[in-house]
Amino acid sequence: MGGLPAGKVKPTEHAYADWELRVDALMMLLVGVVGGGKRMTVDELRKNIESLPRADYDKMGYYDRWVISLTQTMIQRGVITTDELARKLEQVRGLSPISRRKRTRRR
Amino acid sequence: MTLEKLGTVPLYSVGDRVRVRNAAPLGHIRTPFYIRGHAGVVERVCGAFPNPEELAQQRDGLPAQPLYRVRFRQQDVWPGYRGNPADVIELEIFQHWIEP
Repeated sequence: MGGLPAGKVKPTEHAYADWELRVDALMMLLVGVVGGGKRMTVDELRKNIESLPRADYDKMGYYDRWVISLTQTMIQRGVITTDELARKLEQVRGLSPISRRKRTRRR
Repeated sequence: MTLEKLGTVPLYSVGDRVRVRNAAPLGHIRTPFYIRGHAGVVERVCGAFPNPEELAQQRDGLPAQPLYRVRFRQQDVWPGYRGNPADVIELEIFQHWIEP
């Protein structure tokens, strides 16, 4: 990243999990690439990704970073509140494990 | 969008030798750290675009900033570069990050 020393890049293809596709679709809608709305810029997405603590950033996959960042942006823009987010997360946690989306790691 | 339409006049032209500002402001910056402070040559003027540093903070980023593709020699950028001395790297740099 950004010229920091790193190992070799292993180019591998992988299948996207359903939740990753949904995060991608959400982002396309929020920046207005598709649909008529424009709720944020890609620059805000990047700013909030860069604001992640280094240790978290390194542990996260590509779409993990996206979903955290676009959630932060929606809070900063007042589209959702932290309270709404917390309640929704509680609700999702209450769902049975079988109905949760499978998570896959990228790279 | 044409530069004239945006009312933005580019200060540099193709072939100009320029240097990237060596600065470290806070916020979302599109200029990579590894290129800051390095000198290169303007390869093309790409147009003018709203300033991403401002867009990242929910502002409109206007006036639009001219964007240049600047060519650097790899051996100037990476200490101990062992590739072909003719190798280059090109980056797109906004005008407010460029010095003569």
